[in-house]
Amino acid sequence: MTQRRKTGLVFFPAFDWAISPTHPEREERLLYTQDQVFEEGLLDFENIVEYKPGLATIEDINRIHICVPDARSVITESHLISAGGAITAAEKVLEGAVDNAFALVRPPGHHAMRVVHGARGFCNINIEAVMIEHIRRKYGHRRVAVIDTDCHHGDGTQDIYWHDPDTLCISIHQDGRTLYPGSGFPDEFGGPNALGTTINIPLPPETSDEGFLHVLEEVILPIVQEFKPDLVINSAGQDNHYTDPITNMRFSAQGYARLNERLKPDIAVLEGGYSIEGALPYVNVGIILAMAGLDYSHVREPDYDPGALRQSDEITRYIREMSKDVLELWKRRHTFKAEIVKGARYARRNRNIYYDTDGIREQQEETVRICNDCGGFIAVNSMASTGNRVYAVIIPSRSCDLCRLEGERHFHGVDKAKQGVHYLVLQDRDRDVYVVK
Amino acid sequence: MILGIDVGGTHTDAVLLDNFQVKKKTKVPTNQRHLVSSLIGVMDDILRDEDLSALERVVFSTTLSTNAIVQGKTDRVGMIVASGPGLAPEDLRISEDMRFVSGYVSNRGIEVAPIKKGEVEEAAAGLKASGIAHLGVVCKFSTRNPAHENQIGELVRSGFRHVSLGHRMSGNLNFRRRIATTYLNASVHDLYSRFVDEILEFAARAGIKAPLYILKADGGTFEIRRSAEQPVQTILSGPAASVMGILSLADCAGADAVAVDMGGTTTDIALLADGVPLLEPLGVTIEGHRTLIRGLKTRSLGLGGDSRVRVDDGRLVIGPRREGPAAAFGGPWPTPTDAMIVLGLTRIGDAAKAQTAVAEIAGKLNLPVAEAARAIFEKTCRDIASAVDAMVEEVNNKPVYTIHELLEGKTLRPKRLFIVGGPAGAVASRLGELLGCEAVIPRDAEVANAYGAALARTTAEITLLAETERGSLTIAEEGLEVKIPAHFTRRDILRIGMERLRERARRLGAVEPDIETEIVEDQEFNMVRGFYATGKNIRLKAQVKPGLIAGFGKGGPRS
Repeated sequence: MTQRRKTGLVFFPAFDWAISPTHPEREERLLYTQDQVFEEGLLDFENIVEYKPGLATIEDINRIHICVPDARSVITESHLISAGGAITAAEKVLEGAVDNAFALVRPPGHHAMRVVHGARGFCNINIEAVMIEHIRRKYGHRRVAVIDTDCHHGDGTQDIYWHDPDTLCISIHQDGRTLYPGSGFPDEFGGPNALGTTINIPLPPETSDEGFLHVLEEVILPIVQEFKPDLVINSAGQDNHYTDPITNMRFSAQGYARLNERLKPDIAVLEGGYSIEGALPYVNVGIILAMAGLDYSHVREPDYDPGALRQSDEITRYIREMSKDVLELWKRRHTFKAEIVKGARYARRNRNIYYDTDGIREQQEETVRICNDCGGFIAVNSMASTGNRVYAVIIPSRSCDLCRLEGERHFHGVDKAKQGVHYLVLQDRDRDVYVVK
Repeated sequence: MILGIDVGGTHTDAVLLDNFQVKKKTKVPTNQRHLVSSLIGVMDDILRDEDLSALERVVFSTTLSTNAIVQGKTDRVGMIVASGPGLAPEDLRISEDMRFVSGYVSNRGIEVAPIKKGEVEEAAAGLKASGIAHLGVVCKFSTRNPAHENQIGELVRSGFRHVSLGHRMSGNLNFRRRIATTYLNASVHDLYSRFVDEILEFAARAGIKAPLYILKADGGTFEIRRSAEQPVQTILSGPAASVMGILSLADCAGADAVAVDMGGTTTDIALLADGVPLLEPLGVTIEGHRTLIRGLKTRSLGLGGDSRVRVDDGRLVIGPRREGPAAAFGGPWPTPTDAMIVLGLTRIGDAAKAQTAVAEIAGKLNLPVAEAARAIFEKTCRDIASAVDAMVEEVNNKPVYTIHELLEGKTLRPKRLFIVGGPAGAVASRLGELLGCEAVIPRDAEVANAYGAALARTTAEITLLAETERGSLTIAEEGLEVKIPAHFTRRDILRIGMERLRERARRLGAVEPDIETEIVEDQEFNMVRGFYATGKNIRLKAQVKPGLIAGFGKGGPRS
C-alpha cells in the first residue's frame, strides 16, 4: 500500500456547455465520470477534498496568449471556469492545503497556441499555460515540467513554451503521421534558446500500457529528474484508451493509474478523452485513487481483457529504440546550439497553422533574439484568413536587460500602417504588462 | 387536535394543538433507559380528559435509533456486498461480518457479470453460522439496476430475521454510503420494531384511532408502520424537529437566517436560505458513518448550558461533555448556565451554588467572580458564533457543476438568528451581535421541537433514470425497472415520476393537501456512439417538499 496523500479535486463537468450536440466535446462528456466518482464515494475520503473552480480573468489569459481580436472574443464563460478550475487546483497545492490536485474540467486547452484566432482541436485557450503563468505571477517563478499524456500531440503547449528554458514540455502521443494535429516528432526539440526543453515521444498506433510505461521509466522520469522542476504538471488527456472513438491506442485505466503513481504530478489537468462511457469513468477514478495514494488495483473497465490489448513485439522493439534515441538527444542537447544558430543574432521560423474547429488558416512569422541569458524576446507577425493581422512583441519572464531593451525598442519602432497590421501588442511577461496599440 | 411529542436527550416535550393553537404543553425529564415509557407517560398524561375522537394525528420525534447507534447498542449485522470494479474491498469494509461476492452492473445499470448463487449461499451460511440474524445486501450501482440486490435478497431471505436492501434506502449514488446506511438500518431494525409495537399496542389500548407518524431527519414524517421498514430514516431527527419548530413558530419568510437550538448538552445549528432550511446534499453523518439519509444540514456542537467548564493550561475549556446538570441545580461542575445565573441573565436554580462553582474557575483564572462569569459567557457565545460562521462559509464554498450555478450562485448571508432551547433568552442578544444578526426567540420556544414535529408533513422522494437506448426506466427507491419505448421523452418521465411520487407519498402516510411536489433534478443527455446520437439518458429526481401541513404557514427545506 502506498502512502496516502491529500488530494484536491476540482470537478467542473460544465453540463450546460457543448461545441455541438453530437460533438465529442459535449455536455455529457464527464457525466459517467461523475456517476462513477459519486458512486465510489471518493469525495467522502478524508484525504480527498473537492473545491469549487474559480474564474480565470482576462488578465490571466493575456499573460500567455495573444488573442485576436481580443480575449473576450475567442472564449466563453466555460473557458474562464475551466482555466479557473486549473488555477484553483494549483493554488490549493501551492498554498499547502493539499499534496496534489486534479482539475477535472472542460473544455480542454493543450492545442491552443501562443496566438489565438479561434479554436483548434476543441481548444481556445491553453488552460495549463494560463495556470502556470498565474502561479508564476502569484507565487514567484517556478521551474515547471508539463508531461502531456493526451493521445494528441500537445502542440499548443509546445508552441507557447518553445523558447522557454524554464518550462520542460514532454508530450507522448500517437504518431503524428496517423493522427491530428500531425506534429510532435523527436526533432521538435525546442527553440535555439531552450533546446531540449521540448521533448516529443510519438508512439505507434496500438501501443499498450507496456509501451508507454517503458517510455515513462526510461525517458520521462530520467529527464524530469535531471531537469529538477519545482512543479510537475500532468496534462492528463485520456484518449490513449483502447475504447476511445477518435484514436487508435490500447492504454487501460490500470496503465493510466500506474503512470500517475510513478509520475507523481503535483497538478493534473484533464485534457482530451472521448470514450465517455467506456474509459473516462474508470481512468479518472484510477487517477484520483493513485493521486490520493489509495488502492487502485480493482479499477477495471467492464470489457477489460489484458490479453487482447497486448502490443506486438514489433511495437515493443520500435519503442525501445526510439526511447534510446530520445534520451540520447536529450543528453546532447547543449551541443546543438552553435550548429543551429551559426552566429546569427536572430532565429526565424515561418508556419501555417490551421484551426480545425473554427476553419481558420493562419500564417505566422516568429523571430526570437538569440540569447544565452534568458528565453529571448520574441516578435510574432500573424495573419489569419479571418482578415485579422496582429504583430506582437513578447518580453520573456525573467528577461535579461538586453532582451528587454531591444524588445521595447522594437515594439516602439513598429509602424502599424507600414506593417499592415490591425493590432500591435506588447506582452511583457516579466512585468506582467499587456498593451494593445 | 394534533399531538406532537419530542423525546429529546434531556427532556421529553409534548404539545397538544387545537386549531393550530397550543391547548396544552408539558415538559418532563426523559427516561433514557426506557424511552418508550417517557413517551407513553407523556401521551397518557396530556391526552387524559381529552376527546380522543377529535385527535387528527400524533407525531413523534425520538432519539431511539440515534442513541442506539451512538451508544453502540445495536445488533450485529452481516453484509453481503457485490463491489464490482473500483474501490478495493478493504476500502469498503465497515465490519468484520462483511462478505464480498461477484457480479456487477455498469454505471448505466447494464449487467456486466451475473451474481453466483453458490457464492451468495456460502456467504450467507457463513454469516448465519456465526450467529448473525440481521443482514444487509448492497451492490454497486444498484440504484441504476436493483436486480442483483433483489436476487441476493431472495436467495438469503429465509435464513435471517430481516434483510435490508441497499437500493431501498435512497435513490442517490454512493456505494460506501449505501453500505453504511443499509448496515445501520439492519442494526437498529429489531430495537426499533419493538418500539413501534409498544407504541401501537399502547395506542390500541388507549383507543387512539388517529394516524401515528414518526419524524425523519429531513423534517418530514412517515407513518409509523412504514417506518419499521426503514428505521434508519429516523436518525438525527432531533435537530429536524427544532428547525420545523422554528419554521412553525416564527416568521422566517424571505430572509437568510441561522436557526440555533441550544440545549443542555449540545447546540444544534441549521441554516435557512430565503426562509428555507438547507439539506445535507448527500446524507447525514452519524458516529463517523456517512449515510444516504436525507436530512437537514445541521451542525451539532458539544456545547450547551450544562457543559462542564474547566481551566486547562490557564485557558477556559467548555464542553464537549455534559457531566450532570448545572451546579445551580446540584450538578458537580460549573457550567455556562451557572455563569449566566451569576451575571443575572437568568433567574433559575440556586444562585449561591452557581456563585461557588464559578468562583472555583475565577480562582484558577485569577479573576474576580463576575469577570470569570463574563469570560465563560463570552466564550460560550463566541464558540457558537464561530461554528455558525464556519458552517456558512462551508455552504458558500460548496462545489457546483454548471456554468449557470457558478455564475448565478447565491451567497448565503444570514440576517436573522432564530434561537430556541433552555439558555436561548440569556445568549440571544450577544450571539446576535457576534453574528451581525437580529436575534429572535419565537413564542412557545421551550416546546418548539414538539410543535415542529406536530406540524411536519409527510415527505417522499423518488429518483428516475430513463435510458432509451436500453429501453429501460429505473425507479430507484421502488426497486423497479420497466421497459420503455425508444421515443420515450422528458415529458413522459415527468408524468410517470410525478404519479409515482404521489403514490409513494400516500403510501408513506401523506394526506392529499400536503403533497406539494417539487422537481429537484431534471437533466437530459444525448447518448452518442461515434458521432451519432443513439438515444437519451433522462434523469429526474422529485420530492414532496419537507414543510408544514396544509392549513399552516408556508416554507420548507430545500437542497
